[in-house]
Amino acid sequence: MKRDLKPQPLPSGSEWSFESIDRYHAEIARVAAAYKLDTYPVQIEIITAEQMMDAYASVGMPVNYHHWSFGKHFLSTEKGYRRGQMGLAYEIVINSNPCIAYLMEENTLPMQGLVIAHAAYGHNSFFKGNYLFRTWTNADAIIDYLIFARNYIARCEERYGEEDVELLLDSCHALMSLGVDRYRRPPKLSLAKEKMRQQEREEYLQTQVNDLWRTLPVHEARGGAAQESRFPDEPEENLLYFIEKNAPLLDPWQREIVRIVRKIAQYFFPQRQTQVMNEGWATYWHYTLLNTLYDEGLLSDSFMLEFLQSHTNVVYQPPYNVRWYNGINPYALGFAMWTDIRRICENPTDEDREWFPEIAGSDWQDTFDFAMRNFKDESFIAQYLSPKVMRDFRMFAILDDEHEQSLKVSAIHDDSGFRRVREILSEHYNLGSREPNIQVWNVDLRGDRSLTLRHQAWRKRPLGDTTTEVMKHIARLWGFTVRLESVDEQGTVELINETRLEKRKTRD
Amino acid sequence: MVRIIDRRFDSKNKSAVNRQRFVRRFKQQIRRAVSDAIQGRSIRDLDNGESVSIPAKDLSEPHFQHGKGGIWEQVFPGNDQFSTGDQVKRPQSGGGGGGGGGKASKDGESEDDFVFQLSREEFLDIFFDDLALPNLVRTQLARVTDFKTQRAGFTSTGVPANINIVRSMRSALGRRLALGSPYSARLRELQQAVDEAIAIHGEDSDEVRQLRDELGRLRAKIDAIPFIDSFDLRYNNRVKIPLPTTQAVMFCVMDVSGSMDEEKKSTAKRFFMLLYLFLNRTYEHIEVVFIRHHTVAKETDEDEFFHSRESGGTVVSSALVLMRDIIRERYAGGQWNIYGAQASDGDNWDNDSPICRDILSSEILPWCQYFAYIEITPGEPQNLWREYTKLIGTSPSFAMQRIESPADIYPVFRELFKKSLA
Repeated sequence: MKRDLKPQPLPSGSEWSFESIDRYHAEIARVAAAYKLDTYPVQIEIITAEQMMDAYASVGMPVNYHHWSFGKHFLSTEKGYRRGQMGLAYEIVINSNPCIAYLMEENTLPMQGLVIAHAAYGHNSFFKGNYLFRTWTNADAIIDYLIFARNYIARCEERYGEEDVELLLDSCHALMSLGVDRYRRPPKLSLAKEKMRQQEREEYLQTQVNDLWRTLPVHEARGGAAQESRFPDEPEENLLYFIEKNAPLLDPWQREIVRIVRKIAQYFFPQRQTQVMNEGWATYWHYTLLNTLYDEGLLSDSFMLEFLQSHTNVVYQPPYNVRWYNGINPYALGFAMWTDIRRICENPTDEDREWFPEIAGSDWQDTFDFAMRNFKDESFIAQYLSPKVMRDFRMFAILDDEHEQSLKVSAIHDDSGFRRVREILSEHYNLGSREPNIQVWNVDLRGDRSLTLRHQAWRKRPLGDTTTEVMKHIARLWGFTVRLESVDEQGTVELINETRLEKRKTRD
Repeated sequence: MVRIIDRRFDSKNKSAVNRQRFVRRFKQQIRRAVSDAIQGRSIRDLDNGESVSIPAKDLSEPHFQHGKGGIWEQVFPGNDQFSTGDQVKRPQSGGGGGGGGGKASKDGESEDDFVFQLSREEFLDIFFDDLALPNLVRTQLARVTDFKTQRAGFTSTGVPANINIVRSMRSALGRRLALGSPYSARLRELQQAVDEAIAIHGEDSDEVRQLRDELGRLRAKIDAIPFIDSFDLRYNNRVKIPLPTTQAVMFCVMDVSGSMDEEKKSTAKRFFMLLYLFLNRTYEHIEVVFIRHHTVAKETDEDEFFHSRESGGTVVSSALVLMRDIIRERYAGGQWNIYGAQASDGDNWDNDSPICRDILSSEILPWCQYFAYIEITPGEPQNLWREYTKLIGTSPSFAMQRIESPADIYPVFRELFKKSLA
């Protein structure tokens, strides 16, 4: 690495300027490259607090279609911000190529430096490396796709009325968390292909759907009811996909909107699965990059003090018994785990050799790279949560069975409990068990066209109060009666909700 | 090297559309909240926005969620007392979901109402939404926009009548200076050269003559620069601006006799302010005339109108006579939309009430867009009310209402100015 002999300290003070941001970026980029972080090119955008709230409200994306719920989020963010209850997120970073990192103009220079290291190098390298992001999202196309989506929805609003579009979007949003493929691999998005195929799809889909129902009257014979086949043959986990392809009464434009919501849900799916890893990774790297710069003598003490203050706020984990306890802080847990992995590689103890024989004493950068690329929260914790981190966090597990009088402490941070605690924590980050498992079970093709969904109850957890509301949304999309059955662990099926709807479509 | 884009000056209010949609969608709830807010607060700060709260359940975005119950096993940090196998009493509420359920937090805090801030514009829009002044449509349709011309600087084109001499000469001078300056510089040099040549060679030498010729040619060139060019001309610019013809005058007539106590006055005041605000939104220019009366009427300024104390008997007609005179004097000629608002406790000198009715029906109502009478009394209607009742129906522009307590103001106001469909 060619460097001037005497390092030029970076600008200090709290006022930022474009030149100072550029210099900070250059130094951070240099150090990041030295640590072999592989990133998309960086694009830094300076925005105001209000624009930050805008971006915040539209789920962090620079463009998005219009919907009242974004307005609602904006209002609540704005309220929190105005009252000073809540600092805005320092940073929003967009998983796109080039990777866009927003810097807020109100931030001080040390904060800007922190955000550049955190977002533009930490998150950025994670987006580029992690297998979930690599397979599920396409950084090159997302902005284009969002523009396509916004324009398409705006056109629909003009043609079919804002109200209709809004109701449809409401229903789709209600199903967003069930609109993802958990196991199948999605095809890549591309704007050009998307536009070209959208037209074909419209026509083709409509004929498909009509065919499905046109064949109905032919099958008058009702013999062999015992062996009646279901439709779909296999349960379908992606409700929005199923509705897009099979809902009998949707117009082509409505199918396209269902598809858009589904695609966006899918795009955010990896983020929901890698919170601890991703935030921990970014936090680890801003900490490491800035400390390296400090060691090189480029950063002033005042910079470091401000930076460390924000950093410690971010990684603070309140204990369970204080009022502001709000679950395990993903920044804290992630940062602790990454730091600990490096420790295991560099200074393993006997305990580490026993627990992590494959990484103890290995090269930490290779281990980091492997872990970052190939895991999500659930498996990352199951694989790498070490006894030391559990001890440091003083973790304990509580078993809450509604049939028992009291709660039971099922494991704590001791030799007999480490594995159990780790297992439970890993399970906590498993989206499959965190969210109710509901799949499409059957469509009554020969009868009233009703749609039956099945909820696979897990550990006897019932569905919440919102179920009735969501069922109304499904019925609106499906156009006919929708039933929800619950299957418990013994296999007993119970009908828990039926939403009747006879929608007569008026063709004009 | 890195791409830094300054987006600060990009379109602001990207979320404005979403915000509008939010307000539109929850108009019913917001309207109810606004109307509650009006009841609760002083009319005086009607000029501010309002923080509106909507029950969170109305605007929830439902998702499938786990409810309470079943078996949960969760990891918590910060163990300070537990060892494996301990039994812990179940927390009173919220503990069941233990955070896995999402919304329920440790101390059983439930979802609050959704509170947000309406801007003043949004607030007033909703407040006045289904109100419209009677006959307003008629007046507005009949509105002729007048223009008045106003100076707006200078232009380089125009009609000769508008030439601005000073400006034109100034730019001509500037042009002459600019065009002539190279010659002038040369001229000075030559002059110097001539002086030197004379000193050396004498007055009559060839050099001097040559230089003099050149001087002459230069002077001719400078003279050839036109004194004024069409290019120099500047014209006065005048633009037409629309003159608001929707001007209104609002008469506030209030009884300040001994029987009107402070509370009644403050009720009346709220009524006037509400009326003023509404007119303010509809008309571009409003004048307000305050008339207070006991046995004699007097036109006052706003401060005196509400604050000075007087007492004595009541002769309402005196105020109406004064109002009539003022209309004739200042607001005749159909240029003005005239609104009257009278507040009284209804206590009048018995013989005077019929006179009031006569003046009102024959000399005031024909000129008025609207005349509203409110009687602020908790008890039986008084004699003025009884007389005025006879007017109802004779003129479409007359309305009356009784107000018993300050809380009645808002409903009364809506009643008075409710949208007439006709």
